[in-house]
Amino acid sequence: MEFLDASLPYIMPIVYAILMISVFMGLCSYSVLAERKVSSWIQGRVGPNRTRLPLIGHLPIVGNLMTGLGLFQPVADGLKFLFKEEIVPGHVNKGYYYLAPVVALAPALTTMVVLPFGRYVDAEGIIQPLVLANVDLGMLIILGISSLGVYGVVLAGWSSNSKYPFLGGVRASAQMISYELAMGLALLPVFMWSASPGYYNEAGIFVEGSRYGMSLFGVVQSQQAAWTILWQPLSALLFLVALFAETNRLPFDMAESETDLVGGFHTEYGCFKFGLFFVAEYAHIIMGSGIFVLLFLGGWNFLPWMADPWGTGILGSVLSVAWFMAKVFFMIFFFIWMRWTLPRFRYDQVMSLGWKVLLPLAVANLVFNTIIIALYDTLTR
Amino acid sequence: MAKTKVLERKPLSFAEKTFLPQIVTGLKTTFSSMLQKGVTLQYPEERPTIPDNYRGVPTLVKDPNGREKCVSCQLCEFVCPPKAIRITPGAIDAEAEPERAHVEKAPQEFDINMLRCIYCGLCQEVCPEEAIFLQDIFSLSGYSREEMINNKQKLYELGGTLPDKHFKWDKKKAAEATGNAH
Ligand code: SF4
Ligand code: SF4
Repeated sequence: MEFLDASLPYIMPIVYAILMISVFMGLCSYSVLAERKVSSWIQGRVGPNRTRLPLIGHLPIVGNLMTGLGLFQPVADGLKFLFKEEIVPGHVNKGYYYLAPVVALAPALTTMVVLPFGRYVDAEGIIQPLVLANVDLGMLIILGISSLGVYGVVLAGWSSNSKYPFLGGVRASAQMISYELAMGLALLPVFMWSASPGYYNEAGIFVEGSRYGMSLFGVVQSQQAAWTILWQPLSALLFLVALFAETNRLPFDMAESETDLVGGFHTEYGCFKFGLFFVAEYAHIIMGSGIFVLLFLGGWNFLPWMADPWGTGILGSVLSVAWFMAKVFFMIFFFIWMRWTLPRFRYDQVMSLGWKVLLPLAVANLVFNTIIIALYDTLTR
Repeated sequence: MAKTKVLERKPLSFAEKTFLPQIVTGLKTTFSSMLQKGVTLQYPEERPTIPDNYRGVPTLVKDPNGREKCVSCQLCEFVCPPKAIRITPGAIDAEAEPERAHVEKAPQEFDINMLRCIYCGLCQEVCPEEAIFLQDIFSLSGYSREEMINNKQKLYELGGTLPDKHFKWDKKKAAEATGNAH
C-alpha cells in the first residue's frame, strides 16, 4: 500500500499521458472520417456509410445511424492499413525510409503535452489549467517542436530516392521556413497584450507583467472579456494563413499536391507507413486548431464578455473541456471546409505570398502593437 | 462578319487583391452545397430508371399467350457480329402442341455468350418474329465462363412476356382455315 502511495506521483502522469494519447489518436482517426464525410457532403455525395461492426452496428436505430454516418469506418481504415501487403521499393534508403513516418508523427504528438484543454478550480479556489505539463512559454515549445515535423517530410522525400517525393520534400522545407517566420511574428502581439501591462493583485497593488507569465493558460485567461480575434483580427488572419501553410493543407499543400507531384513526399509509401503520415497530417491539424482556439478564440471561455459560466466542481471542468473541444471541432471543420473550397496555389505564389505579403504584414503588425502598448503604458500610468 | 466585342479587363480592386471576399464567397458556396441533398444513387439498393429502348442484355420473349416466339430461323445467329449466338434448331412436337404445330420450328438450344456479346442490338433488329429483345438488365456478372453463357431457359427467364398484339401465327392459322393463306 505504502509502495503504491509512493509510486502514485510517478504513475499518474503516465496514465494521464496514455489517456491523452488515446483520445488524441481517436480524434485523428475521426478527423480523417470528418474529412471524408464533409468533402462528400460538399460534393453532393454520401461518403463512407457501409462499414458496420457486428453487435453494436446491429442495434435497432443507433446502429443504422452510426453506420450511415460512417462511424465504424476508421476501424476499417486502420485495419486496412495494418493488413495490406507491405511494399518497400528497392531503390529507397531503408533506414531513413522507415524513420521518416515516425519523425513526422512524433512532434505532433509531443506538442500536445503543453496544450491546455480545460480548467479546474483547485482546493484553494484558484483556477488551474488542465494540461499535462503546465510550462511557461508552452507556445515556444509548440513552435519549436511542431516544426520538427517537417524533417519527417524531408526525410521521406529524400530517402524515397525518386523525383516526385524529393521535390515534395524540398518544397515542404522551403514552405515551412517561409511561414514559420510570419507565424511567430503574428503570435508576438498576442503574448505582448496578454502579458502586459499588468494587473492589480488581491491587495490592490499594481503588478507589472502577467499573473500567469506567458503560458498558454495565461493567454486564455486574458481573453475573458474580448477574444483576441475581435481586437487582433490581423494577427489572427496572419496566424491562420501561416497555420494552413504549416499544416500542409490546401490551399498550400505544396508538399503533396497530387496534380503535379503524384503523391508528393509519400509517393513511395504504402500501408501502415503511409497511414502514419496520414495521421500525422491530422495530428498537426488538431494541434493547430487547438492553438488557434487557445490564442484567438478564447479557449474554454464561453462567449466574449461571458467568460466562465461553468461551475467550480468537476462538472464545470468537464463543461470547459467540452466547450474547448467544440471550438476545436469547429476549427477542424473549417480546415476541411477550406480545403474543398479553394484551389491550390502555385508554388511561386505560395513563396511570394509568404515572403512579400505575410512577413512584412506581420512585422508591421508587431511594430504597430508595440507602439500602441508603449503609448498605453505611458499614458495610463 | 460578327463584330467582336473586346471586354476591358478591370484592374483588381484592393479587396479583390487580398482574396478575402472571394474566399468568403467560396466558403458560402461550398457550405450551401453541403446543405443540399446528395445526388448519389445508393447503387445495389437503388437502381437508376432505365429508359425504354435501352440496349441491355439480349433476352428471348414469349407472346401474351406464353408461347415461344422464336422460330429458330437463325437470322440472329447469322447477323451477330461477334458470333455470340448459337442456335440448335428443333421441330415443334405436333403431338404435344397441336395448336402450334403449323409453326413447325422452334429452337432446341439457344445460347448467347455474354462474354462475346457487344450489345449491338442487331439480333433484335433482324428478328422477323420479334422474339429477341435487348432489355433493361445492365449489370451481369458471374464466377465462371460457363455462367456467362445464357442458355434458352435463362433467356426466357430474363425475357418474360412482351405484350405485343400481333398473334401472327394465330392469324396465319385462321387464314389457312378460311382458305386465304396469303
Ligand atoms: S430469335 Fe428471332 S432471329 Fe433469332 S432465331 Fe429466333 S426468330 Fe430467328
Ligand atoms: S446484341 Fe449484337 S452481339 Fe449481342 S447477341 Fe445480339 S447481335 Fe450478337
